[in-house]
Amino acid sequence: MTAPALLTVEDLHVTYRPPGRPPVEAVRGVSFSLAAGASLGIVGESGCGKSSLARALVGLQPASAGTLRFEGRDPARLGPDAARAHRRAVQMVFQDAPGSLNPRLTVGQALAEALRVHRLAAPDQLADRTAALLARVGLPASVLDAYPRELSGGQCQRVSFARCLAVQPRLLLADEPVSALDVSVQARILNLVRALQAELGLAIILISHDLAVVRNVCDRVAVMREGVFVEQGLAEEVFDRPQHPYTRELLAAVPDVARELARRKDGKVTC
Amino acid sequence: MCPDMPHPLLQVDQLAIAFRQDGAETRPVRSVSFTLRAGERAALVGESGCGKSLTALALTRLPPTDRARVSGRIRFDGADTLALRGAALQGLRRSGIAYVFQDPSASLNPVMRVSDQIAECLPHLRRAARPAAARELLARTGLPDPARAARAYPCELSGGQQQRAMLAMALAARPRLLVADEPTTALDVTTQRQVLDLIDELADAFGMAVLLITHNLGLVAGRIRRVSVMYAGEVVESGPTADVLAAPRHPYTRGLLGAVPSLDAPRGAALRDIPGTVPAPDAWPAGCAFAPRCDAAQPRCATLAPPEHEQDGRRCRCWLAQAPAPEGAAPASPPPPRRTLP
Ligand SMILES: Nc1ncnc2c1ncn2[C@@H]1O[C@H](COP(=O)(O)OP(=O)(O)OP(=O)(O)O)[C@@H](O)[C@H]1O
Ligand SMILES: Nc1ncnc2c1ncn2[C@@H]1O[C@H](COP(=O)(O)OP(=O)(O)O)[C@@H](O)[C@H]1O
Ligand code: SF4
Ligand SMILES: [Mg+2]
Ligand SMILES: [Mg+2]
Repeated sequence: MTAPALLTVEDLHVTYRPPGRPPVEAVRGVSFSLAAGASLGIVGESGCGKSSLARALVGLQPASAGTLRFEGRDPARLGPDAARAHRRAVQMVFQDAPGSLNPRLTVGQALAEALRVHRLAAPDQLADRTAALLARVGLPASVLDAYPRELSGGQCQRVSFARCLAVQPRLLLADEPVSALDVSVQARILNLVRALQAELGLAIILISHDLAVVRNVCDRVAVMREGVFVEQGLAEEVFDRPQHPYTRELLAAVPDVARELARRKDGKVTC
Repeated sequence: MCPDMPHPLLQVDQLAIAFRQDGAETRPVRSVSFTLRAGERAALVGESGCGKSLTALALTRLPPTDRARVSGRIRFDGADTLALRGAALQGLRRSGIAYVFQDPSASLNPVMRVSDQIAECLPHLRRAARPAAARELLARTGLPDPARAARAYPCELSGGQQQRAMLAMALAARPRLLVADEPTTALDVTTQRQVLDLIDELADAFGMAVLLITHNLGLVAGRIRRVSVMYAGEVVESGPTADVLAAPRHPYTRGLLGAVPSLDAPRGAALRDIPGTVPAPDAWPAGCAFAPRCDAAQPRCATLAPPEHEQDGRRCRCWLAQAPAPEGAAPASPPPPRRTLP
């Protein structure tokens, strides 16, 4: 790769030490690098350590070993100002969008707060900026006065994206952002993610156990199992010529309409 | 296995479900018809809010359909289930139609060991015989350590393991029909596949029919014989899975298929999505309920509900599926009168 790396991770470990029980090694030596504006999908079965890795990447969970560099620097060793800038540069959206929004703030208040905290808009610009953010994620301005509980899951997920975009991040991590959504809503969110990446030059790490979702959005993919990446590479190579048996197993488990209909034609579906 | 049976096991005709709310009536289910033969696997698909779960619950009048006005006809194993009361209805719930749901915690009691919960579903056995039978059922669901699972409380099992325990409970009374309402939506693809393979395998072994409710069309494509697509409380398209998914006739079915990302589509292909969302039942549009979201809508769609059209064993509720009528001519079979809700 010629582009300078935005994020470099080497031999990263995340170990939980629940009191009175043996430690859980959730991430056991993960290495990869991500160029600015690139997109990486992380796939793997439940419990393999995807969310633990994501939380370590955004600093919500300390890494127990290994190195992590964002734009060449270790985020854990930044001074207060640089640390604040780093927290802006790396944003995360979660599967449970309604649960990750403050229930006592309206959508407009939540967006304005994100802008204020990072001093990104003068008070008289707040209204314009929040409306523009909503428009960017395809929500009408009428949503500004709504509380999260009044919105659908898909709308909440858009608000989460808008809140991240408010602070103009350079890396966006999305942990199962569409798993809880209907297919039509999911399609709209995926289209949005792709557009944001292309138009804003945002780097994206998308975590999903749905391989088709990752295929649709990401140019690179990493297959995770029991805390390690068993295979990573260009999406079309990993999907079309999987090298690791576990990748093949995952691919075979995906219920893909076209592939299943083809199996039916071949007489491999008996019903 | 899809044996040919002279009589359907389940026949649902023109099912409608209405609730009274604040003096007004809403009808979240308006017209659902489908049949299921013994041992057959069929599916109901559609976005959330289309009435799939209510349809399933109404088969045995589980809450909230117990306090709804349910009309139409449901015949199960020759009996009119809407006329069943008391002990007969309990019997239908116990040994006729069993359910597994998306959220195991809705069916599993958190303060009771799994084995005791399964034993409760085995009233036909002597008390002393129940624990062994419970363990045997758990073993059939492929749990790696059934003895441990039997002693466990639900929270000590993973999502996939809880789903298996629920399946063991559902199978305890040897039902003729298993209704699986989004049974794997919360599971990852590998576990999902294991649980669905298991349902297929046990359905074949027990000669049990399966009604799968899902919004995952890929699941339907690979294991289901007949599919009914629901929108806004109606079945809008139905037929053999291979035909419906390979050559959908209803714009809604086409929309659902277009929205699903494909493993074989190159990155960057924008997904077609269906604009808007399913309206709430008290706001269902007149005419064709899908018209505000339909890219093929014609002027008449907004005012006239399309009749159901049957052709080559498939049904479709869309004006486009009708043989093209000369301009201004009345449709061959007039649409049923639509009651306007207060
Ligand atoms: N706070 C914690 N304390 C102890 N163990 C934990 C903790 N959080 C996660 N784990 C364990 O770490 C492992 C990885 O969990 P993680 O949440 O990263 O998985 P995941 O890949 O995101 O799974 P899913 O697809 O279900 O979200 C699991 O075995 C989990 O039980
Ligand atoms: N007890 C009830 N009273 C009135 N409306 C209800 C009730 N239960 C469900 N509904 C409505 O019926 C519609 C269909 O619900 P449901 O069958 O759960 O849909 P699906 O399973 O397709 O997602 C929804 O709009 C829901 O809000
Ligand atoms: S009847 Fe009209 S609006 Fe309804 S699905 Fe068909 S074309 Fe679309
Ligand atoms: Mg996770
Ligand atoms: Mg439902």
